[in-house]
Amino acid sequence: MREPRWLPWARVIFLGLLGLFTLTPLYVMATSALKPLRDVQGDFSWIPVTVTLQPFSDMWRTVPLARYFVNSLVVASISAVASVVVAVFAAYAVSRYRFRGRRIFSVAVLSTQMFPGILFLLPLFMIFVNLGNALGVELYGSRLALIITYLTFSLPFSIWMLVGYFDSVPTALDEAAQVDGSGPIGALLRVVIPAAMPGIIAVTIYAFMTAWGEVLFASVMTDESTRTLAVGLQAYATQNDVYWNQVMAASLVVSVPVVAGFLLLQRYLVQGLTAGAVK
Amino acid sequence: MVVSTPSRSGAWRGAERGGGDGGGGRITRLIPVRLRRVGLPYLLILPAVLLELLIHLVPMVIGVGMSFLKLTQFFIRNWLAAPFAGLGNYRVAVDVDSAVGAALLHSFLVTVAFTLLAVGLSWLFGMCGAVLMQRPFRGRGVLRTLFLVPYALPIYAGVITWSFMFQRDSGMINHVLVEQLHLTDEHPFWLIGGNSFASLVVVAVWRLWPFAFLVLTAGLQNIPEDLYEASAIDGASWWRQVRTITLPLLRPVNQVLVLVLFLWNFNDFNTPYVLFGKSAPREADLISIHIYQSSFVTWNFGSGAAMSVLLLLFLLLVTTVYLALTTRRRIRA
Repeated sequence: MREPRWLPWARVIFLGLLGLFTLTPLYVMATSALKPLRDVQGDFSWIPVTVTLQPFSDMWRTVPLARYFVNSLVVASISAVASVVVAVFAAYAVSRYRFRGRRIFSVAVLSTQMFPGILFLLPLFMIFVNLGNALGVELYGSRLALIITYLTFSLPFSIWMLVGYFDSVPTALDEAAQVDGSGPIGALLRVVIPAAMPGIIAVTIYAFMTAWGEVLFASVMTDESTRTLAVGLQAYATQNDVYWNQVMAASLVVSVPVVAGFLLLQRYLVQGLTAGAVK
Repeated sequence: MVVSTPSRSGAWRGAERGGGDGGGGRITRLIPVRLRRVGLPYLLILPAVLLELLIHLVPMVIGVGMSFLKLTQFFIRNWLAAPFAGLGNYRVAVDVDSAVGAALLHSFLVTVAFTLLAVGLSWLFGMCGAVLMQRPFRGRGVLRTLFLVPYALPIYAGVITWSFMFQRDSGMINHVLVEQLHLTDEHPFWLIGGNSFASLVVVAVWRLWPFAFLVLTAGLQNIPEDLYEASAIDGASWWRQVRTITLPLLRPVNQVLVLVLFLWNFNDFNTPYVLFGKSAPREADLISIHIYQSSFVTWNFGSGAAMSVLLLLFLLLVTTVYLALTTRRRIRA
């Protein structure tokens, strides 16, 4: 490609500014987490005057961060795994069978993505309250309710990605497995899933991230004992004094699992998007 | 689709029980296999269908029902006892002379302005970034990864950092503007008052442009390299290649991307909620947070549900018109 002479300069300047915009908050987060409280309350400084690891140990005591962390971990892990299992079966059906309603199913599932969360938040809240009353269990505020809800949030995108991955596995492979005596489910378990493993891992991490980061439903459907990080992190900010250094330390710590996962998944995600876009 | 699922999977289960896997002759085994091929896909999608029904479709139907009820805090535990309100909730919501209607209209307009700006800027940054990084250069992989970090961060972690940066007395933004660049003498507020709108847009773009970048990067990888080579032989300039190859071939990707960005921003609850807390300033009162407040702060669920239905109708209308316009034009081109 013949590039005009100004382009390299434009590239450096534009990407530089974009990098600055993108990375400054991360820098602020990382450095402020290392400052003592008085240094985040006064005038801002780019370079920490005093460096301390105190915020990283204080943050567990100011709010019950460990409990929030465990809640998020339980909710996000279970909903991610369950979501992927459901998505694998659905995607296998869409990829391998030409059944009536196939298109409607794909479109209907994807279109749930456009519903404003606020629209089904209120009824879902009522459903869980009333269903819990009827069954005599406390569904509203329970982890189970949150797990089921988050499961469906990642489902549409997971199905869509997995269909792309399964389509790229040659059907000759699972036909061969079926000739060898496996049923269709056997072919799925023994041939298709192993061949599409990168996609399945990518989708699992995506589902985990979705549940880990959700705020709206977590703010309504949890109580003090089931509160997740999404809401719990705000507890630092509702006290009289805002412990900004601890907030930043906590933000950093809760980000590490998902950012690490995302960076591992990034390559697969691009592949998956590419596969999905071709269709 | 939903209606046909139970009956078909039921038929399949019956056949399975009768036929079994065990044996019999070749001919008897053929029948369950054929039936299985009909029924199996429905059984496979059944869990997904049931979950979508439980969490999305049933609540939506109930939500529409709720919007016709006078559903206040007295009826939360027994909402069927709530008196029928007819179109009352809707009438109040669209009556711009009433306080409720005027606030909703204001919130709607704020959301439109916010969405236009946030989608436009996110798309522009993502597009420029992806095109400028189309050719390999040293450090491209690392830069790509760094650009994606805001999208990978949990929403609340990124946004709460911004709210720290926007603090009036201890924030980074005012430190740069006042102490370092001396642009003003006063320390402006960023999280209340008129500036809060700008803050919201900045944070939303920061969070979403990496997604546009990711999708467009993937889209660019689908454009065959020889198209560029052929046009270069024909003497096409870089700018001409962008206009005649890159943009037209990215059109299907852009069609979906812009729609998704629009829906996400229009429904965005997380960014204002984490940035401002439960009560967003008037200037940044996005529609989701507005409905949330009018539902959970005043406990008037009927009115909140009516506003949600209006929001959904608006989104459906925009989506339909958008898809109709962009698809037709694509066919003509």
